[in-house]
Amino acid sequence: MSEYTPDTVPVKKPLSMQLDPARFEPATAEEKAQHDVMRESTTFFRDGMRRLFKNPLAVMSIVVLLLLLVTIFVAPMIVPYGYSEVIRVNGQRDRSLTNMRPFTYSVMEQEKLDAGEYVFPHIFGTDELGRDYFIRVIFGARVSLAVGFFASIIVLVIGLLYGSISGYVGGKTDIIMMRVVDVIYSLPDTLMVILLSVVLQQVLGDSLQGTALAALGNNMISMFIVFGLLYWVGMARLVRGQILSIKNNEYVLAARALGAGAGRIIRKHILPNCMSVIFISTALQIPSAIFTESFLSFIGLGVQAPMPSLGSLANMARGGMQIYPYKMLFPALGICLIVLSFNLLGDGLRDAFDPKLRR
Amino acid sequence: MLKYAIKRILLAIVTIFIISAITFFAMNAIPGGPFAKEKAPEPRIQAVLEERFNLDKPVGEQFFLYLRNLVQGDFGVSLKTGREISSTISSSFAISARLGGTAVLVALVFGLLFGSLAALRRGGWPDRMIIFFTTLFVAVPSFILATLLLLVFSFTLGWFKVWSITDPNYTLPVISLALYPMAYITRLTKSSMLDVLGQDYIRTARAKGISDQVVIAKHALRNALIPVVTYVGPLTAYILTGSLVVETVFTIGGLGTHFVTAINNRDYSMIMGTTIFLATLMVIMTLISDLLYKAIDPRISFD
Repeated sequence: MSEYTPDTVPVKKPLSMQLDPARFEPATAEEKAQHDVMRESTTFFRDGMRRLFKNPLAVMSIVVLLLLLVTIFVAPMIVPYGYSEVIRVNGQRDRSLTNMRPFTYSVMEQEKLDAGEYVFPHIFGTDELGRDYFIRVIFGARVSLAVGFFASIIVLVIGLLYGSISGYVGGKTDIIMMRVVDVIYSLPDTLMVILLSVVLQQVLGDSLQGTALAALGNNMISMFIVFGLLYWVGMARLVRGQILSIKNNEYVLAARALGAGAGRIIRKHILPNCMSVIFISTALQIPSAIFTESFLSFIGLGVQAPMPSLGSLANMARGGMQIYPYKMLFPALGICLIVLSFNLLGDGLRDAFDPKLRR
Repeated sequence: MLKYAIKRILLAIVTIFIISAITFFAMNAIPGGPFAKEKAPEPRIQAVLEERFNLDKPVGEQFFLYLRNLVQGDFGVSLKTGREISSTISSSFAISARLGGTAVLVALVFGLLFGSLAALRRGGWPDRMIIFFTTLFVAVPSFILATLLLLVFSFTLGWFKVWSITDPNYTLPVISLALYPMAYITRLTKSSMLDVLGQDYIRTARAKGISDQVVIAKHALRNALIPVVTYVGPLTAYILTGSLVVETVFTIGGLGTHFVTAINNRDYSMIMGTTIFLATLMVIMTLISDLLYKAIDPRISFD
């Protein structure tokens, strides 16, 4: 055998069935250069973000959500009215100030304007008690978003802890823990939410008075408790399933064979592979929590007056909807926009980060 | 199969028992008995009342008495109206069942239709329209949708009359109840249809020269239906809880309206009875959907 050199073309043996190497053209230097690594290596997270920002719907929903966040934090600083404040003009109540249309002024405000003073406009008009409707919608959006956000955090924490313990420990513990999940999972959730909300509001009673939680009100606290009691099971199942399926992968076995410790395996192999799925599911939990809150508001179990939420505002507006349809429209649009954005963002995140969907 | 069915049925009975227990003990945890009002009755009358409703017995015994009555179809009496809860449920559930049943049918038929259409014309304008509307519909809470439909089509345009018991028009309530599950079924059908269309047996069927319609109807749709069947349980649950909202908005005197009224009046015995009734219905529907799923899909083993 002659020594191998890359540039000499081997000669075909007369009886060989192989292709004749002489009929191939050697690659030019330019063609060889194409095989150089041109794109720098990227991390999982950076690659996912790149995919995410290529998705126009996801980018649009991020922009919408950011705009909304900025608005609900900045608007209360600019608008001089409070969400539960019945507006007074020069310290006096003005009867013509109730149920005003957007950008209109009451009789006394008009007098003030004529006198050359400045009156901040009522962008969405006022409600039946003479409160500025714009600031109520803004605070409603705040409350709805907060409910969605904290409910998902509660679900995430409980589900993550429960699911990972069950998944790691395995064996009998796993079987017993998952039986509990199965039982809670088979309960009709909306009915149980209604039932527990009714009960908790009464049971909590005045026991919160004087504590830091009193500001939130019984209804909100009972809503969080209900979420903590019922909705974590889906997350726990998801986490357990993820951990079980990843734990048995060959690359984990390979890592273990190479002498990696449990800490490294969890950090390097299990967490990155299941975090994205868990994160996406948390993001999708937010709109469903907002939905549940608006449903509870509708049947009179939502946040307590005078605190507004988008659901309770829309529900209140049903009364006068033939005369003031815009009162329904603003909070309704708010809910739809938030839920739509979170849904689209969640879908975008899934397409970008779910390892199973990556091509 | 039989073993699996028996296991599932037993599990459903246990679930119903747990739901009844949760409902009963949760309601009992509410401070103040049913007769604790501003105008408290005389102690003697109260004692008679408590004996009549078994309230003088320990809670555990009360629960088993309540369960025994439930099995016999006796849900007790409403605390506010004094009427038999079972008669309220049976008279009002007929309306709810009609509304809900129609909505289930509409959601299934149109969901399957649109879902298959979107999968078969992937990337075309019907697909894009369907994606757009299904994404939109899952973002609208049902009470807002119902109110807007009522406002636009009943009050402003006057196309549909407002619901009344003598002249019931179910069109708008059914639409507002069916849109969300329809959107969901459409998405489900589309993704499972796309999945099935990529399978080898579809290519084999096409290669044998079978016409497109037969391939779709016989091979693709049948297999794509399997995931949809699992949705029947959640669908029923959605329709039943959704009817609380839709019936209240359209002032239809069904079970949903009675339930919402009971919640607002804090009519505990009525809440308890209705919750157990609706929950039992949901558990039974989930059971049926599970059994159906196992029965129609030969690939699933019955362990």
